[in-house]
Amino acid sequence: MTELKKIIIDDQEIEVDAAMTLIQACELVGIEVPRFCYHERLSIAGNCRMCLVEVVGGPPKPTASCAMQVSDLRPGPDGQPPVVRTNSKMVKKAREGVMEFLLINHPLDCPICDQGGECDLQDQAMAFGVDFSRFKEAKRAVDDLDLGPLVSTNMTRCISCTRCVRFTSEVAGINQMGQTGRGEDAEITNYLNETLNSNLQGNIIDLCPVGALTSKPYAFTARPWELSSTETIDVMDALGSNIRVDTKGREVMRILPRNHDGINEEWISDKTRFVWDGLKRQRLDKPYLRKDSKLVAVSWAEALKFTSDAITDKKVMGLVGNLTSTETAYALQKLLTSVGGFVECRTDGAKLPIDNRSGYVGNAKIDDVDLADEIFLIGSNPRDEAPVLNARIRKAWSEGANVYLLGPKVDLTYDYSHLGSDRSALKKLVTGRLKVGEEKNVLVILGVGALTGKDGSAVLGHAMKLASAPNCKFLLLHNAASRVGAMDIGAVTPNGISNLMSYDVIFNVGSDELEIPKGPLVIYQGSHGDIGAHRADIILPAAAYTEESGIFVNTEGRPQLANRSGFAPGDARENWAILRALAQNLDVTLNFDTLAQLRDGLFAEYPHLKNIDSISESEWCPEFSGDLGKGDFIYPIKDFYLTNPIARASVLMSELSAQTKARNSNRIAAE
Amino acid sequence: MLRRLHEEQPRSFSFTSENKAWAEAQIKKYPVGREASAIIPILWRAQEQEGWLTRPAIEHVADLLGMAYMRALEVATFYFMFHLQPVGKVAHIQVCGTLSCMLCGAEELITVCKEKISPNPHQLSADGNFSWEEVECLGACSNAPMAQIGKDYFEDLSEETLCQIIDKLCTEKPPTPGPQNGRFASEPKQGLTSLMKYESGRTKFNGSVQMAYDLNDTIKRIDGTETELVTPWLKAGKKKTMQSVMRKPKILKSPKKSVPDDLSGLSGLGEKAKIILNRLGIFYIVQVSQWGAAEINWVHSHSSGSLSLNKLKSFVEQAKNIQN
Repeated sequence: MTELKKIIIDDQEIEVDAAMTLIQACELVGIEVPRFCYHERLSIAGNCRMCLVEVVGGPPKPTASCAMQVSDLRPGPDGQPPVVRTNSKMVKKAREGVMEFLLINHPLDCPICDQGGECDLQDQAMAFGVDFSRFKEAKRAVDDLDLGPLVSTNMTRCISCTRCVRFTSEVAGINQMGQTGRGEDAEITNYLNETLNSNLQGNIIDLCPVGALTSKPYAFTARPWELSSTETIDVMDALGSNIRVDTKGREVMRILPRNHDGINEEWISDKTRFVWDGLKRQRLDKPYLRKDSKLVAVSWAEALKFTSDAITDKKVMGLVGNLTSTETAYALQKLLTSVGGFVECRTDGAKLPIDNRSGYVGNAKIDDVDLADEIFLIGSNPRDEAPVLNARIRKAWSEGANVYLLGPKVDLTYDYSHLGSDRSALKKLVTGRLKVGEEKNVLVILGVGALTGKDGSAVLGHAMKLASAPNCKFLLLHNAASRVGAMDIGAVTPNGISNLMSYDVIFNVGSDELEIPKGPLVIYQGSHGDIGAHRADIILPAAAYTEESGIFVNTEGRPQLANRSGFAPGDARENWAILRALAQNLDVTLNFDTLAQLRDGLFAEYPHLKNIDSISESEWCPEFSGDLGKGDFIYPIKDFYLTNPIARASVLMSELSAQTKARNSNRIAAE
Repeated sequence: MLRRLHEEQPRSFSFTSENKAWAEAQIKKYPVGREASAIIPILWRAQEQEGWLTRPAIEHVADLLGMAYMRALEVATFYFMFHLQPVGKVAHIQVCGTLSCMLCGAEELITVCKEKISPNPHQLSADGNFSWEEVECLGACSNAPMAQIGKDYFEDLSEETLCQIIDKLCTEKPPTPGPQNGRFASEPKQGLTSLMKYESGRTKFNGSVQMAYDLNDTIKRIDGTETELVTPWLKAGKKKTMQSVMRKPKILKSPKKSVPDDLSGLSGLGEKAKIILNRLGIFYIVQVSQWGAAEINWVHSHSSGSLSLNKLKSFVEQAKNIQN
């Protein structure tokens, strides 16, 4: 249905969608137009005036290319295509003028500004700025805001592009930020010093084109040119957000989002962005053995010998933790099955079907959210479980989709119809729903937390039955980054974790959300001294997610490759290498000696994992079994900021958690 | 000027019942989901009621319209017509300081304000009765220098006249707005030099000045009581019932006697109202005295609403008294 229109931009003729803006058309022909306020994922403000271009034959003044549509351009007198110039004298003069105005009140802070080196204003001042100022009057100064522990503010640097205001109100769904006053006194403020109540607020740091909003935890620690960047994958939730980890030496200095239209667009949650101080604290950097009920540091040789002795001729259960890569799960599975043991990844007790991929992944992609007319959330609070997905649902909602929630009422930042909190509502929905809704695109999102009850399979069955209607898709929203990968390689045991007592030895690889009952000997392999390590009898220190390469399959079934950005501290080793060394001690021959060989074996057995970043479709086989129990759906995440050992080790995450608790209790007190 | 909320704020705000009804009627002008469009008139009404915009008032209006507080604050801080700090109990004097007025002596007027009221703009006078500020062009350049007090323009000011006006504002008889140097409007000081045939038959004062004069209260604020609630957009469906209670009164094409009664003998009936009534064919007090409710409605609707029902009722009563 798109109407194409021919235009000429700087002597290049191009046919573009008439609904496009000039700035987008310029980008198509490869011409970069400078901009501050325009952002492709936010609404158009048109207030910075940096993107001025000349429309030949149009009004005799430059036009803001971000706010002008191609369809609004008039053809020439004989019907020639409209002509746009981005490099004419008029444009150059206009941009120089705009830049001079912007710099009037911008302080010369660059040497002490954290944005220095990656600042849009700096870069564009190099291209369009003039080396003098005609402004002799007093400059203005603006009071700084308190936006909480994440975003530090220097509002005198602000150029009033309003990207932060538009992001918080449009994407994050909070209304604390705004622009008050007018003219010279216009300022970006938060309403009467309220801090931001959002777990996506870190994104305004990236959006700010100048140094007005910078990262508080990263403040004054590094310059962008000192950092080496690694493109990798986030494991804080099961979305597999694409991130970039910036390191200085061996230390992670910050984490930034990468663009992936299919997953996180270009947002990441605050947990993803600011968890890095947890990578430096509570680390396991030496092997430990429990001797006389005390943990004592030992050498690797001793630890491996003890471990192999403990495993030999015992009934062993291996647990795959939430942050574990698919390679690690595969190595653990190979090792333990060769000594007659078992492996299990469903450590939260979710009743995920073992062989039915459509039952533990679904058949929807994350970007199906954009197309959905109706979205059903069953037993899931996406604002906590996957904030970036929640922002995407919010986007669909703001474009007209209806959202329905089954589960206790929560603030999702958008309106939804509440269909009930308990399982009877699901039953009612399934029996009533199937007759209608053929015309609309429906997306059913089932939270994995709804499957942890005794009737987990029945809940899954009902949800899949609901999603079996035409034009209906199903997405299972996991919380663990490792889960789908481990399910794909079959790291499961029929009885799950229901009778851990019956095993002699539990080989726990990074599972810290689970209380292991007294009885079995516990070997803990992981990165942080957390719940899992406290219960352990043998501790094998391992790398965290930024310290080894691994494949993570996200909640929609998309395998992605995480890369190593640094080395693990002390004696900690990569997970697969520890398991390989253990195999040697056990005299077991595994089919790999290197990570590359491990991957070859993995890809040979599970070829779909080889297709990095592409989703292999799984056959839709709804299973409908069992009766629903009683009771409300319970959301699995009690505290968004403290869901995994890395986050629990982070001081910042604890602060955020405490702040959120205080805010919620204040609200209850006020009501 | 940096516009922030005042540091001392009252605890709460609520509209008077009349203003609340008015505000709700304003909201109905806009489609469902677009209630926020009504923010400026409703904030304005809140300011009229309280004298200035308090934080509880902004939040109350935001709640009324289903907006975030921040969005309402943005509007309130953007427009200079919203006072974010208390203003004088009697009057807030807004002196125009833009070019024409400045050249004609606005700076002297500001000196008067500084001496008589308070040294700084937006600062209350010692008795709390007055405050002042300098504002941008109010569009009365041909009558420069000028100041706006309440709803009225006081034009062609001098230091002396402004002093007198400020003194008079506290007395029983408020000053008359409009040009203070004897001009009717913006004609030459010596009188009209052209279009002189229009000079006869006009009211004593020009336009809104006459209305203020009729009201006899030039500094009155709108509090919901001065005129009745007019919401024509709500009455679209009710038009029929309105007409059924309307009856055309006895009217005359021209005055029977050579001299018509001076209708302005009725209190509250100014020149403008007289012209309207004459145009409708009403020249005699005896005509007015015969009106019932239906006739009053007819006159009201045929005056395009500029003669309020209450006013017309009072005319009828007075006319009856005179007849008796």
